[in-house]
Amino acid sequence: MTNSNIQPVLKVTDLKKAYGAIQAVGGVSFEVRPGEIFGVIGPNGSGKTTLFNSMLGQITPDTGKIELNGQDVTKLGPLELNRLGVGRTFQTLQVFGKMTVRDNLIVAAQEHQGTMFSRMFAPSDSDLGAKADALIDQFHIRHVADKKAGELSYGQQKLVDIAMAFMSEPDLVLLDEPCAGVNPSLVGGISTLLKDLNKTRKGSFVVIEHNMDFVMDLCHRIMVMVEGKVMAIGTPAEIRANKQVLDAYLGS
Amino acid sequence: MKKLAILAGLLGLLACIFVPTLLKNHGIYLFTYWLIYVIATMGLNLTIGYAGQKSLGHAAFFGIGAYTVAVMMQAGYSFWLGMPLAALGCFVVGLALGFPALRVQTIYLAFATLGFNTAVWLVMRNEEWLTGGTFGINNIARPEAFGISFDGNLAYYYLVLAFAVVLGLLLWGLLNSPWGKAFTALRDNPIRAESLGVDIRGYTLLSFAIGAAYAGIAGGLFGSMVQFIDPAPFTVEASIMMYLMVVVGGPGYFLGPLLGAAVGVILPEWLRFAQAWYLFVFGTAVVMLMIWLPDGLLSIPDRIRAKRQSREASAARAAAGQSGVKA
Repeated sequence: MTNSNIQPVLKVTDLKKAYGAIQAVGGVSFEVRPGEIFGVIGPNGSGKTTLFNSMLGQITPDTGKIELNGQDVTKLGPLELNRLGVGRTFQTLQVFGKMTVRDNLIVAAQEHQGTMFSRMFAPSDSDLGAKADALIDQFHIRHVADKKAGELSYGQQKLVDIAMAFMSEPDLVLLDEPCAGVNPSLVGGISTLLKDLNKTRKGSFVVIEHNMDFVMDLCHRIMVMVEGKVMAIGTPAEIRANKQVLDAYLGS
Repeated sequence: MKKLAILAGLLGLLACIFVPTLLKNHGIYLFTYWLIYVIATMGLNLTIGYAGQKSLGHAAFFGIGAYTVAVMMQAGYSFWLGMPLAALGCFVVGLALGFPALRVQTIYLAFATLGFNTAVWLVMRNEEWLTGGTFGINNIARPEAFGISFDGNLAYYYLVLAFAVVLGLLLWGLLNSPWGKAFTALRDNPIRAESLGVDIRGYTLLSFAIGAAYAGIAGGLFGSMVQFIDPAPFTVEASIMMYLMVVVGGPGYFLGPLLGAAVGVILPEWLRFAQAWYLFVFGTAVVMLMIWLPDGLLSIPDRIRAKRQSREASAARAAAGQSGVKA
């Protein structure tokens, strides 16, 4: 993975974003390589969410550049980014409560097929039923597949939420605290799922997460952010051994 | 279940065909009036119920449709030319009204559409050269097609029924295509929908435009039914009434408008005995409905089902707890 000739899936160069006098992100640069699970950690207020929102087109950075597979996507919005192959999950639950689990998955990919006009005449499931079923089995949510997503438990909804991000076979998936609010017994399950998906689907992931064991176990490389700047980037072992990081963050 | 639904639909259609033959003119009039509001609120149900856009301007489209057909027929053109023009005109104006919805939502959007309705109503009242102002337009003829005259009340009722069935089937087809899911996704969570590639701008605009086109067609049928139009039926109050019909029937339920329009059109007839107290009784009924059934009459089966499921789930949990198995 050290071969620098491989084009990164995501390349962020000197990204800056200020809110008034507060420099939320102050010059962040990093690359995410194909097939990599890249973790972003840092205390509250370290700029993780602002960085994430910039990468997802929710906000436009003041300066800096974001490239997806070599294409400049700095100014694109969430819709265009998704069409270019960026999937995401949210920190809080974001499923469509009144639709069934299967329909949640179908709607997560249907807009990638054909045109708006052709979709008017497409079958109800957009021929995505088999794909949805495969994810339903992989996520072990078969028994609730025909229930309305809003009627499920928090943990089940979280699984649906994550599965939705993978329906359109994205190149890059951004996961915003996938373990937030999930009970400890499910955390291991989510970790295993993400590792499986990473192997079978060849996608790259960026994960923001506070659960340190989860991040250390899951990620290939980790970036530590403190006060809007990058403190360190390295493998879990390197991050664990980094004196500066220990003092600033892990030690506390 | 599906067979049962089709059977019920066919029975309902048969009732709509045969019951009016037993009725006098006033009964037929009420049925026609009901179906016209069914068409208009079907469109509004798409805008409000499926796509989640709060519109209080629907009566404006109803009016634009009515005046378009009336003015065209006054100018000597056929009903059959005026009608598609009414639908198309409302579609375009509806598309334009969708643009505020891209910036504001909920009550703010409702007020923006309410302002639009007031503006349209003022045009109808003030531009006498076009609309006849408060005197309105008289002697709007009823159409004929293939040598069949729809002049008689029953014949005209069947024409409106045909419109309602065709437009209902078209909407059913649209909602069962991927569009239906996209609209629902837009309503439930626009930010999530956009992150999944749903063009929320496009679907928001089209939910207004298609809803408006349905209102336009309903308006055209309305003008030809009453054969005289003035600005009175197209006020903001009428828009609120249509919104209420959607809410009472059940927003986001395909058959909601059938019930909602019935409540809006037929209930006032039943409440005639109350005379001066009519609005009081109607208002009280609405308040109680909003408290106990905020999702409308058609949400009753869903509520019963949800209650049964939660009872079963808690029973299952209790059983699992007793045997020491972790659920």
